Amino acid sequence: MRTVRQTALDVQSGDASALSVLEESLAAIRARNDDLNVFLYVDEEGARAAASAVDERVARGENVGALAGVPVALKDNLCQTDIPTTCSSKILEGWRPPYNATVVDRLLLAGAVPVGKTNLDEFAMGSSTENSAFGPTKNPLDTTRVPGGSSGGSAAAVAADMTPLALGSDTGGSIRQPAALCGLVGVKPTYGLVSRYGLIAFASSLDQIGPLTTTVGDAAMALEAIAGHDPLDSTSLPEPSPSLVAHVDDGVAGKRVGVVRELIDGADEEVVAAVERAIAVLKDAGATIVELSVPEFRLGLSAYYLIAPAEASSNLARFDGVRYGLRVDAGDVTAMMEATRTAGFGEEVKRRIMLGTYALSAGYYDAYYGQALKVRTLTIEAFRRAYREADLLIGATTPSVAFEFGSKTADPMAMYLSDVFTIPSNLSGEPAISVPFGTGEAGLPIGVQLLGPGRSEAQLFAGARVLEIADGRP
Amino acid sequence: MPSLRREDVAHVAKLARLTMSEAELDKFTEQLGQVLEHASDMNALDLDGVIATAHPFGLINVVREDVRRPSLDHDVVIAMAPDAEDGRFAVPRILGEAP
Repeated sequence: MRTVRQTALDVQSGDASALSVLEESLAAIRARNDDLNVFLYVDEEGARAAASAVDERVARGENVGALAGVPVALKDNLCQTDIPTTCSSKILEGWRPPYNATVVDRLLLAGAVPVGKTNLDEFAMGSSTENSAFGPTKNPLDTTRVPGGSSGGSAAAVAADMTPLALGSDTGGSIRQPAALCGLVGVKPTYGLVSRYGLIAFASSLDQIGPLTTTVGDAAMALEAIAGHDPLDSTSLPEPSPSLVAHVDDGVAGKRVGVVRELIDGADEEVVAAVERAIAVLKDAGATIVELSVPEFRLGLSAYYLIAPAEASSNLARFDGVRYGLRVDAGDVTAMMEATRTAGFGEEVKRRIMLGTYALSAGYYDAYYGQALKVRTLTIEAFRRAYREADLLIGATTPSVAFEFGSKTADPMAMYLSDVFTIPSNLSGEPAISVPFGTGEAGLPIGVQLLGPGRSEAQLFAGARVLEIADGRP
Repeated sequence: MPSLRREDVAHVAKLARLTMSEAELDKFTEQLGQVLEHASDMNALDLDGVIATAHPFGLINVVREDVRRPSLDHDVVIAMAPDAEDGRFAVPRILGEAP
């Protein structure tokens, strides 16, 4: 399949019609979706209408936008008007939102063509997409393994050449980890850069929407299109979308790259080796390498697995069988709510609601939630210290390549540990990108992570681009 | 930090409006206990004087002008409800029978 960039160029110039690009995409979905379980819903009719509209504008000589005719897959926790949106949960099965998420409006404005909704871990809680109420998604590169999660369906859509672009959401690594496991570029933008309006909330102070693509340049194009202030999200940064595409080839000459042991040690040997090679590449490209130790990052996991469940327990209180979604009738209103939630939520969601409710409950609030918020402060201060010595940081995205189905499902703590390198950026609200760099066991891709201070996306894209070229994708 | 007891889990389930089987209570007590155990590494820290962060860049009140603007259509919203009556959400009985 064409890249985002090539698709947009071809459609803008009239070399290819948006409709023909879409049909290729739909054919690829039909060919493999039954096996891989990537899309929960494909909106063929709506996508054809959107593609035709783009073609008509091209024919009239109008400006059709930066993502003209680009088929895009949406994680199924992003609202699209009248399109079933489930969060991969029984509690929302059959629900059709009455409005578009801001990112959907921005994609449409840029000429992109939403084709359907992708599978995820229920309510974005998980690291393998095995927690979906509608069955797991398979990794297109090796169908015995997970695609990562929670944006596993979005990653699989791009990795299986179904669409050149997908949007995911990242609360503790849910874009970057599946990107790494599927050999893609995945970006967790600065908190507030992309509007969360219409993203069904998991942990509001951590959630951020971002792109998954096959190239760094494509990710920059997509992020530029969806970023920028939105009055409908009160946490949205009051700034226009930054210029990113123009800086992709800026390189890293003169930049200080911090090598953070806590973001590398503990990973499998082949992953550590890939990060070491990436460091050498950046050095050759003119960066100065600085060795850093940030012990606070080790505490991030503990803080995250109290903060995120606490926010989730509050956010998911709205699913009570009253206004939308599932209702299971039972006696009085309280019994109805209990019956609805017990039937509607899967096990991992219940586990997190329970954990969060406990951490917020009387007598434990200070000991758990209060402590976690203070550790969050320590993490932010640790980043700030690191950025006095370095312009960007490098580490692994995940401890291992894609793992096999069922290998972590019996032990929630083992699954949670797969997020250890990605969580710090969510706690600090700062951006990070995962870029494929080399392969490991069974030829599976390895992701290298670059992290930077708030609003430093342009610099992260430039660094990732250097690695992309060195990895043989000029 | 206090260790998690089975009765705590049962109490939390009630707060969270979830019904747990006996087997689930056992499993959740063990699994949640492990997560809390892992979190106990935060206990070793001296966090006196550290200010809690609830939001990465500091949450500031954002207000809009106090003027009417379009919102979702009432009928569209009510149509999503599992049960509705006269344009309002309908729920089962909230209070018990009058004495």
